[in-house]
Amino acid sequence: MALLQIAEPGQSDAPHQRKLAAGIDLGTTNSLVATVRSGVPETLPNEQGEHLLPSVVQYKKGSAPVVGSEARAAATKDPLNTIISVKRFMGRGLDDVKSLGSRLPYEFVESESDMPRLHTVAGDFSPVEISADILKTLKQRAQDTLGDELTGVVITVPAYFDDAQRQATKDAARLAGLNVLRLINEPTAAAVAYGLDQGAEGVHAVFDLGGGTFDISILRLNKGVFEVLATSGDSALGGDDMDHAIAEWIMQQADIKDDVDHAQLRRLMHVARDVKEALTDSNSTTVKVELSDGAFWEGELTRETFNQLVDPLIRKTLVPCRRTLRDAGITAEEIQEVVMVGGSTRVPRVRELVGEFFGREPLVDIDPDKVVAIGAAVQADILAGNKPDGEMLLLDITPLSLGLETMGGLVEKVISRNTPIPVARAQDFTTFKDGQTALALHILQGERELVSDCRSLARFELRGIPPMVAGAARIRVTFQVDADGLLSVTAKEQTTGTESSIQVKPSYGLTDNEIEGMLRDSFEHAKEDAGMRMLREQQVEAERVIEALTAALDEDGNVLLSEQERTEINTCLQNLINIKTGNDIRAIKKAISQLDKATQDFAARRMNASINKALAGHKLDEFKN
Amino acid sequence: MGITLTDIAAERVSQFLENRGKGVGLRLGVKTTGCSGMAYVLEFVDAIEPEDQVFEDKGVKVIVDPKSLVYIDGTELDYTREGLNEGFRFNNPNVKDSCGCGESFTV
Repeated sequence: MALLQIAEPGQSDAPHQRKLAAGIDLGTTNSLVATVRSGVPETLPNEQGEHLLPSVVQYKKGSAPVVGSEARAAATKDPLNTIISVKRFMGRGLDDVKSLGSRLPYEFVESESDMPRLHTVAGDFSPVEISADILKTLKQRAQDTLGDELTGVVITVPAYFDDAQRQATKDAARLAGLNVLRLINEPTAAAVAYGLDQGAEGVHAVFDLGGGTFDISILRLNKGVFEVLATSGDSALGGDDMDHAIAEWIMQQADIKDDVDHAQLRRLMHVARDVKEALTDSNSTTVKVELSDGAFWEGELTRETFNQLVDPLIRKTLVPCRRTLRDAGITAEEIQEVVMVGGSTRVPRVRELVGEFFGREPLVDIDPDKVVAIGAAVQADILAGNKPDGEMLLLDITPLSLGLETMGGLVEKVISRNTPIPVARAQDFTTFKDGQTALALHILQGERELVSDCRSLARFELRGIPPMVAGAARIRVTFQVDADGLLSVTAKEQTTGTESSIQVKPSYGLTDNEIEGMLRDSFEHAKEDAGMRMLREQQVEAERVIEALTAALDEDGNVLLSEQERTEINTCLQNLINIKTGNDIRAIKKAISQLDKATQDFAARRMNASINKALAGHKLDEFKN
Repeated sequence: MGITLTDIAAERVSQFLENRGKGVGLRLGVKTTGCSGMAYVLEFVDAIEPEDQVFEDKGVKVIVDPKSLVYIDGTELDYTREGLNEGFRFNNPNVKDSCGCGESFTV
């Protein structure tokens, strides 16, 4: 008989209609799955009682891939077929992946798409497929635990993940047969786990020190929406470095030479890790290592010495902390809560120094390894509809503005950054030339004014616009961002209903800090960008005037203008053509107004001529009434 | 008759209520739905209705509406673990037949 969980008042479901939802922390080193049962969010263990699933996949010829601790154990023996830290490759192009580390043992294979594939004995796999294997294992664990199919999941991603990396994560989930309710940022999930989204509006910091990576994020809660103000970090700093420091200390104390074999080094790292963990709760611990001659060395490591060993490492995390505060434009005093994430934040000295830096006690009540998954589970539970109405629904925001290229290489922003999602915004555009029947749309992401400074996301064309004079067509372009931050763009010509659209399959390949960098650039270049925008706008205006006048001259110039008038207009026109490519905004403006003046009579005569033409052959009476 | 709880069920319920931070007790009930007639209801209670019957066992208030009581009177609520799955189980003496999955039953 099925086992039951306690529901919120009035939220009991009919049998077989329970909305089971889970939160998944798909991590670089370890992954977790969590769910809300009887009102309590908790991570789910496997049969052995292990909550953490090492994010390692080993591929074997002729049998199913192995995921987790068993695969991790096989990594040293079978490095080519055992994929570690696949998250680092998600949504990256081959060039990015190669530059990530020439030290990686994997064989990358180029494929038709931009995504590289990893060669193993069982075939070539993309990072998306490998991640899907990790997700499948978590899905199976959740369904075994809950006794039924999952309705949907919330998966967490780093705040700095770009569209390509988010899309890759979503693809992996789909491949694993999971319905993604939403992707949310890891720091946001950690804040949700502590219920900060239910609290007062304010600014919070999330300090995430894992085994090999460090991330610091500053979040602002505003009208129920967490906005990532700034992120920073160090992709090569974590608990492993602390283990190294201890191992070195042991080698020094026990007089172990630097050139010992790998097995001995691995044993040392193991001992070092145990020592570090022991020092979380006690002030001193015994260190015992087997030497290569079979003898044992025994020593004592105190918390004080340990602190001295790791202090330089911990202080290294404070540099990015200072930087994010500066980027976010706030001071440490303005931070309300500091959330601790990642196993290395268990080290008392880390808590101490972080507390000192922000001037307040960090939040440590929830297991720092599980806090992200727990936050995701809380979010999944709400999204699946297991909470009564009125519970606040957490929204996310667009990290960068989204827009279109317009004439002159300028970016017209359709959705500005920090807009809560999901969102749809429409803007009307028109044609630039007479008789124009197609419109090329170029979708961009970024804060800068010029196309060349923003990131190109996609291009598509709207064809079949009926021929009209320039500016008469009305083309409505709609940008829609779904709850996961993924974009689709539709262009529709309003008079005929001709439509064309694109799902943004972002071009793979953006570095970790690029969003941050793009934002910073936009602030630094704000003035210069504004000037450039004005110049381009003048240039486009000049082009439009030249285009229109040339067309008019071709049509009526010979009939309506005298030789002298024609020469005068031509001089002004030539003058504008010469000046428009320059950088002098005022000169272009002046040339345009000169040309305008020179052509006033011509314009008036054209107007009269066309009215005469329209009236010719008709009696005045016909126009009465 | 009435409703009773096993030690472990009582302990879990108290814990869940404490974690939730509000609520006066636990509602047990049935609703007519499901593949085999009726289904159990297990919910937190924030407000006791005037017609509700309240039982207390091992420090836990169990609230049952009179219509449901007919079907579950004498039930012992247990908390068990089956492999990875754990949760509450109704040991209901009134049940004559239940559907294959055990989520609904007939009396």
